[in-house]
Amino acid sequence: MIWQALADGIFTGAIIALGAIGVSFTLQIMRFANFAHAELLTWGAYLAFVFVLFVGPGTPTGPVSFGWQLLAAALLAAALTALLAWAVDALVFRRLLSRGAHPLTLVFAAFGAALVLRHLIVLFWGHDSRFYTRELQMAYEVLPGVRVLPDQVFILLLALAVVAALWLFLTYSRTGMAMRAMAENPSLAQSCGIEVDAVIRTTWLLSGALAALAGVFAGLTPQIHPEIGTNLLLALFAAAILGGTGSLPGAVVGGLLVGIAENVSLIWINPGYKQAMPFLVLLFVLIFFPQGLFSEKEHK
Amino acid sequence: MLTGIFSYLVFFACIVLLLGLVTLGLNLQWGFTGLFNAGVAGFYAIGAYTHAILTAAPQLNFLGNFGMPWIVGVMAAMATTALAAWLIGLITIRLRGDYLAIATFGIAVSIQLVTLNWEGLTGGSQGVTRIPKPLSGVFDTPLAYNLWYFALLAAVVALVYWALERILRSPWGRVLRAIREDETAVVALGKSAQRFRLEAFVLGSTLMGLAGALYVSFIGFVSPFDFLPIVTFQIWAMLIVGGSGNNKGALLGALVVWAIWAASGAAVAKLVPPSHAAQGAAIQVILIGLVLVLMLLFRPRGLVGEQAVVSRHAPD
Repeated sequence: MIWQALADGIFTGAIIALGAIGVSFTLQIMRFANFAHAELLTWGAYLAFVFVLFVGPGTPTGPVSFGWQLLAAALLAAALTALLAWAVDALVFRRLLSRGAHPLTLVFAAFGAALVLRHLIVLFWGHDSRFYTRELQMAYEVLPGVRVLPDQVFILLLALAVVAALWLFLTYSRTGMAMRAMAENPSLAQSCGIEVDAVIRTTWLLSGALAALAGVFAGLTPQIHPEIGTNLLLALFAAAILGGTGSLPGAVVGGLLVGIAENVSLIWINPGYKQAMPFLVLLFVLIFFPQGLFSEKEHK
Repeated sequence: MLTGIFSYLVFFACIVLLLGLVTLGLNLQWGFTGLFNAGVAGFYAIGAYTHAILTAAPQLNFLGNFGMPWIVGVMAAMATTALAAWLIGLITIRLRGDYLAIATFGIAVSIQLVTLNWEGLTGGSQGVTRIPKPLSGVFDTPLAYNLWYFALLAAVVALVYWALERILRSPWGRVLRAIREDETAVVALGKSAQRFRLEAFVLGSTLMGLAGALYVSFIGFVSPFDFLPIVTFQIWAMLIVGGSGNNKGALLGALVVWAIWAASGAAVAKLVPPSHAAQGAAIQVILIGLVLVLMLLFRPRGLVGEQAVVSRHAPD
């Protein structure tokens, strides 16, 4: 029972981690809590769905329930959602910042943007749940009492690959280094000649793309609906803050921990309260580890 | 026909006053103290459910069945909301601004889940019905009743407005605004910023709880779906549209935003076929989101804007 919950927690955790990376970087680099981030997951999931409507999810490949078409759809959705994240910034956040608005004004605006983004989805596609593929999947018993779907394993591996690629980008590319410098100390980074606008643009594009992938993966197990992102909102923030904002490994570990905590707690807790679990984790973190578990540096 | 329009207007005005009361509470927290409360719907719900549970007529499989008088329900609603806000505030009030937003948002979500899942106490998704309306036996038509309730609400809002204006001009109110502008300076002057923030948080939330109690005893019914996060966003839109930091603005914003909401709802009901009701409702919410974002972008001071408030003892 507990091992099954642990396995499920790791799968959900991987999805939460992908979404939390963007939240973590906006919190650290742009210095505000982007409550609209969860809607980027939803948009990613639906944009991929539109592409799948045209080309189909592809024939099942091996034990996995979809073909290359769905992966192409995910990539396309990632690109479009990256543009969407950048557009929301250009239309709303950057304008407010350039006027010297209070950081909390941006949080208000983010909630407003989230309302618009989510309900545009309802306007176009309604409340009904949608499926990328109707293929039925057999669960494999990998350990005694622990069953996993091949899709889940595939998603976990893919998420790990994406995180590894992102880690290489942040560690070795010039833009990646600039992003880390901005996260660490914005004013010092600026005075060292780092192009702030370029860093902010990259941050939004990356956040959007990763959010879209998280949305598609969440939609594969097993369906998409307009609240697919919103339901993860508190989990994303819990993971980002738990890991220490601005830290890639932190967001990944935070995501996994939140996913595991959520699924394991369901053994004892009424599933009706599932959505409150990440919040309890978050409250615990805010009280006892306000700087996150892995933070070496002092934040303000 | 004319009476139809008139009774609708009275009902509309009652709702505006109820939401205006909530907005006044939020204005104390955000407008004057700079506390970001993203859980307005949660405190509104605590007040509403406390009142409903204490006063509802006896019904089967329901833990409550207290059948208390109306005024006890209202007082208890305020006390419970104040207690809840105090407990929540003790934990969260020291968090930095955007973390407080996340925490209060999570609290509102959790409270809504409790109202949905604790069926014995709250009636679950069915809600609580048969909540007595004060003096309902005295008036024979719904219109006469609504007129009486309107007068009651107007008196409550006027009293709250007057009290808020008075305390905001007191030394206590000046400390709140000082915290909003520069917390470090306030601490350097020997004031406990945490204590004042907590007091403003509790007082503002208590007003939300009062509004919740007055809401359920007006409608006579309460369900978890009255307290979805959209309520919080509507209240914010009201405060931002009216002008945060101004109590007149808070009331004006409640009127304007509820008028937009009601008018768009009526337009949608006329123009959108019932088969697309979900899409119609989405249009309403998109409008609220747009109003919020556009006001912040193009008229951040709101319609009225904040007035310079000095001590009431200072000459004009």
